[in-house]
Amino acid sequence: MKQIEREQFHLVVVGHVDHGKSTVIGRLLADTGSLPDGKLDQVRQECARTAKPFEYAFLLDALKAEQAQGITIDTARSFFKSATRDYIIIDAPGHIEFLKNMITGAARAEAAVLIIDAKEGVRENSRRHGTMLSLLGIRQVVVVVNKMDLVDYRQEVFEAIRNEYQTFLARLGIQPLAFLPLAAFHGENLIAPSERMSWFSGPPLLAQIDQFRKEALLEHKPFRLPVQDVYKFTEEGDDRRITAGRIESGQITPGAQVVFYPSRKSAVVKTFEEFNRETPSLWGPGKSAGFTLEPELYVRPGELMTLASETPPAVANRFRANIFWMGKAPLLPGKKYKLKLHTAEAPVWIEEILSVLDASDLSSGTKKQVDQHEVAECILETAKNVAFDLSTDLAPTGRFVLVDEWEIAGGGILLQSLGEEHRLLDRHLADRERNWDRSPLTPGLRSGRYGQRSAFVLLSGSDADQLFRLGRALEEKLFLRGRYVYYLGLSSALSGLQADLAGQDDRWEFLRRLGEAAHLFTDAGTILITAVPDLDAEETNLLSRLANPTDLFTVEVEPGLDLESQVNNITRRLQESNILVDWVL
Amino acid sequence: MDHLDKLEAQSVFIFREAYRKFKHLAMLWSIGKDSTVLLWLARKAFFGHVPLPLVHIDTSYKIPAMIAYRDQLAREWKLNMVWGQNTQALREGQTFPLGKVDRLTCCGSLKSEALKHTLAGDWPRWRLNHTTGQYEQDPDREPYTGVIVGVRADEEGSRSKERYFSPRDKHNDWNVDDQPPELWNQFKTDFAPGTHIRIHPLLDWTELNIWEYIDRENIPVTDLYFNRGDGKRYRSLGCYPCTQPVTSEARNVKEILAELRTGKFAHIAERAGRAQDKDGGGLESLRRDGYM
Repeated sequence: MKQIEREQFHLVVVGHVDHGKSTVIGRLLADTGSLPDGKLDQVRQECARTAKPFEYAFLLDALKAEQAQGITIDTARSFFKSATRDYIIIDAPGHIEFLKNMITGAARAEAAVLIIDAKEGVRENSRRHGTMLSLLGIRQVVVVVNKMDLVDYRQEVFEAIRNEYQTFLARLGIQPLAFLPLAAFHGENLIAPSERMSWFSGPPLLAQIDQFRKEALLEHKPFRLPVQDVYKFTEEGDDRRITAGRIESGQITPGAQVVFYPSRKSAVVKTFEEFNRETPSLWGPGKSAGFTLEPELYVRPGELMTLASETPPAVANRFRANIFWMGKAPLLPGKKYKLKLHTAEAPVWIEEILSVLDASDLSSGTKKQVDQHEVAECILETAKNVAFDLSTDLAPTGRFVLVDEWEIAGGGILLQSLGEEHRLLDRHLADRERNWDRSPLTPGLRSGRYGQRSAFVLLSGSDADQLFRLGRALEEKLFLRGRYVYYLGLSSALSGLQADLAGQDDRWEFLRRLGEAAHLFTDAGTILITAVPDLDAEETNLLSRLANPTDLFTVEVEPGLDLESQVNNITRRLQESNILVDWVL
Repeated sequence: MDHLDKLEAQSVFIFREAYRKFKHLAMLWSIGKDSTVLLWLARKAFFGHVPLPLVHIDTSYKIPAMIAYRDQLAREWKLNMVWGQNTQALREGQTFPLGKVDRLTCCGSLKSEALKHTLAGDWPRWRLNHTTGQYEQDPDREPYTGVIVGVRADEEGSRSKERYFSPRDKHNDWNVDDQPPELWNQFKTDFAPGTHIRIHPLLDWTELNIWEYIDRENIPVTDLYFNRGDGKRYRSLGCYPCTQPVTSEARNVKEILAELRTGKFAHIAERAGRAQDKDGGGLESLRRDGYM
């Protein structure tokens, strides 16, 4: 017997401290009959006994205490029911110190109720929370002007607050579904229309939040699947190579022609893969999916799988974005952070802070850093291209977080793609060139003495062991023929160049250091050989630019070929390019 | 997608993130219903495979049927099964059942301490050799830096405060008051040397969801959860001196589902039969010090 599922809706209630969040929530729970039997009376009696005025906040505290003892199983968060659906209220503290928690809560919500105290009016956190909701992409908002009893239910007070806050929200691009006056403590305009505020013609709060819609359906948007991983588990004779990830938007069927970005590799979906389930003929948003492809591709986690027939994503390494900063240390231009954008990760720098927004009044100024709890518009540059969408087109692939050291310290949404350009690298190379302490012993003098031109031989391929054997063999052959040659093994490089980053998975930093080392070796006139498995075009380009002006020889190692012919092939190429000058032999 | 599909998809996503980001990843398997669902979700995430070690902390006071069930499933599914133990405390008889220490101290020593040292690799780990069918001392002493645990937010108050990816410091301690932000499915996957991350793919599941999923997927669970004729069954499994069964006629998964839906247990905590939760600071203080 299948149970009929009632719709679940995640709601966040935000507001300045003491503007009445707990009262609104407590009263909603009480008036919708969502409290355990006798709970309300028990709290009222407890208040009477201790001669405290009753407050709904005590009710929530009592529920939380019960939760802590584990008595009420189903109230990990606050729940209430309307006639049409079940609500889950996510805890979102109002204090600025808890902004991190407020963001964690609000990011999971489908809609928000924002509370403003009628007597106090719009306060700093009212504005800050509005700004955060806008950045978190929560478009469905109802603004409640609470504690109307404290201003004698006067319409002009309500309207003044509405006008002020509406203007503020409009600048953030938020159009609230409604503003409504409320006296939550007295239940005025909560479940039923208020007689004391007969001047207000809209529906009461509960009816209003019942009008929130389930989030915009993403299935009609272009297909996007950020690749989480590619698996090949060989146990029990399994030979499937499965590309896995979660569908963020759009739909897919077996046989679909797909393209991966930024690599632009393409294939056809051969099969849907799933354990212990009949696979359907169509998958849509939310599904954690798996596919086999024809042909089998080597794609990296972080690539965006798309349909060839649909709008492609943007591919760039520079973009304009809005960022909110939660880190204790400020966000600084030029400092290296880690960008996490869907499943992609890349080193990232703030190239320029365009403006820092005071989230509490939306005034913007120019600053050299972004401090905790501030919002800023910035230009970012990543070390490598990433594939993404603008947040207004497709939210799930248009937002990112920034990691400072070990912590997620900022979040942001992408506003504009600025294409592909490596300004930081350009600047670094220009600086290096300008400051290089040039020896009077020119490269020409060195190559005359050594009978060779310097070169950087870079072995790449999918079989790491084969690469390392080839590197050694090539070094030996050239050495025995009298060349000045050095093979830098991967583990030597890791335990030397990369020793301070032990255990960290920072491939880009490793390549950067390797490129600088290659520049030194080749400046000294040596032939440097090294091997890096699975290099892509962008990485080769980075190494080539860092090793400049020496010649880079990239050797894509074929898996089958024997060692000796590989060594001979490379030697021949070096001779043909006049790296090895024959008359010395 | 229905509610169970959505829960499954999120758990699978978390598993795959954990697998991709942590080189030394392990999963705690307590043999209970939650961690068995967790194991099943690992097979969902990795297409029938379980490419990570399962770690069991054996207090020696587990109900014997639990250990038998563990080894049976480990052999059948070819699991990479590892267990650890506080052998010193057991040798010296520093346990609650022997009357030398109180319940919380016993839990702290046989579970939290054993877990901490087994994860760190500074106490022996015993790994199942599938060729001989016997457990042997594991040569792998590397610390696990990512540990997947089957806790659920609805079980108990302190667990409702958890994140999906929750950091533990060098002493295994959990700082409840300063937790990392978690938004847009971006989790804390970077961690300082010496610290580790607890990963919670089941956070959003309820007790009812667990049984619904066991029913839908036909997942084998130990029959300690069922009434086997004495009108009693276990609702939560642990060490036998501190775990009490509940009165129930439910003899199979369907009957447990029917029982839960009547609301019979709506006002009785799932872990009510677990005595250590009630002593002293209870589960939250145990958990701050590294308990699962």
